[in-house]
Amino acid sequence: MAIEVRIPTILRTYTGGEKAVAGDGGTLADVLVDLDSRHPGLRDRIVDEKGLRRFVNVYVNDEDVRFMGGLETAVKDGDTVTVLPAVAGG
Amino acid sequence: MRYDSLVDSVGQTPLVGLPRLSPSADVRLWAKLEDHNPTGSIKDRAALFMIDAAEKDGLLSPGATILEPTSGNTGISLAMVARQRGYSLVCVMPENTSIERRQLLEMWGASIVYSPAAGGSNEAVRVAKAMAVEHPDWVMLYQYGNPANAQAHYETTAPEILADLPSITHFVAGLGTTGTLMGCGRFLREHVPGIEIIAAEPRYGELVYGLRNLDEGFVPELYDASVLSARFSVGSAEALLRTRELVEQEGIFAGISSGAILHAALGAAARAVEAGARADIAFVVADGGWKYLSTGAYGGTLDDAAARLEGQLWA
Repeated sequence: MAIEVRIPTILRTYTGGEKAVAGDGGTLADVLVDLDSRHPGLRDRIVDEKGLRRFVNVYVNDEDVRFMGGLETAVKDGDTVTVLPAVAGG
Repeated sequence: MRYDSLVDSVGQTPLVGLPRLSPSADVRLWAKLEDHNPTGSIKDRAALFMIDAAEKDGLLSPGATILEPTSGNTGISLAMVARQRGYSLVCVMPENTSIERRQLLEMWGASIVYSPAAGGSNEAVRVAKAMAVEHPDWVMLYQYGNPANAQAHYETTAPEILADLPSITHFVAGLGTTGTLMGCGRFLREHVPGIEIIAAEPRYGELVYGLRNLDEGFVPELYDASVLSARFSVGSAEALLRTRELVEQEGIFAGISSGAILHAALGAAARAVEAGARADIAFVVADGGWKYLSTGAYGGTLDDAAARLEGQLWA
C-alpha cells in the first residue's frame, strides 16, 4: 500500500493525464519529493520557497494541511492526499 | 413576533438540538436554522448589512444599480432587499447552478448574466470585475471583500448563538466567501476561551476546478486563516448522505451545503467522544432544501444523486 495523491485537472500534464498517483514518505514534503522523481516539475507547481503556493490547497484525508503540520504533516500508507486549486464560493 | 417590514425580520433564527444525531448526552449537536430568514438563507444577513453600509457610506443613491458575482443565495438576498429599497440588481452567476436559483432571482426582479461553468464562482468574480470597469456608475458590493459581510455575523449570528448556547465548544460553518466563519469566529473567540472554529468547504466535481492556470485561483479578501481551528473538504457524496440523515433522523429539510457542514460537525463530535470530552457543537443550516429539489438530491440512490450533482455548484 502507498499514499494516494489526487491530482487536479490543471496539473495532470505532469502525471501523463493520471487523476491519482501513488507516493511514499513519512511527511507531505517527503511525498512531494518522491512524486517529483517520477513526475518532474509537479512539486514546483505545489510549493515554492515559502511553502505551499497561495492558490493551492492540500488535504490529507480531507483535512487542510495548513491547519495540521503544513508540509511537515505526517502521512502513512493508506492516507489520501488531495491537491486542489483555491476556488470561490458564495 | 411583529416587525415593521420584511427586512426588519432578518435574523433571530432558532437553534435546535439534534437528539438523534448527537452521539451522547455530553456531546451534543445544535443546528442554527438560517433557512428561517426571509428569502430562506443565511445570506439575508450579509445582504442587508452590505446594503445598509453602502447607504451609510453614500455609495448607493435612489435608483442605483447593484452588481454582484454570486452562485445564488447572496444574489437572492440582495434582490429582495434591493427591491424594497428601490435599487436594480445585476447578478453574475455561474451557469452550472440550479434552475430554482434563476427563478428566484428573476422573481425578485434581478437580471442575470451567466458566467461559464468551468472555473465556477472564480469566473463569476472575474466577469463581474470586468463589468464593473465598463459600468463605473454601478455599485459592486463584492461579498468576498466587503467587511459588512463578516460584520453581519459578528453582530447578529454569533451573539444569537452564544445567548442560546453559552456552553458552546465548537462552531461549524461552510466556507465560501468566508464571511460567516470570520464574523462568527471572531466574536466567539472573544467570548469563549478555547472554542474551536471549524470550516467545511465543498469539494465539487472537476469541472469547477477547471481553471486555465493556478494563478486564477481565488482566496477571498475577507479570509483570515488565524480565525479557524481546522478546515475540511467535503465531497458531494458525503454532503448528500448527511443532508438525507438530517431530514430522515431530525426532520430538518436542508440544502446540500448544510449536509457538508453536518459532516464536519459529526467529525468534531466523534473526536470529542474519543477524547472523553464534553462538547456543545453549533453548526449552520445555511438554507433549506427547496432550491435543490430539481437536482434530485433527496431521492434515489446516493450514487445516482452524487452523479447528478457532478459539475453543479451546490453550495
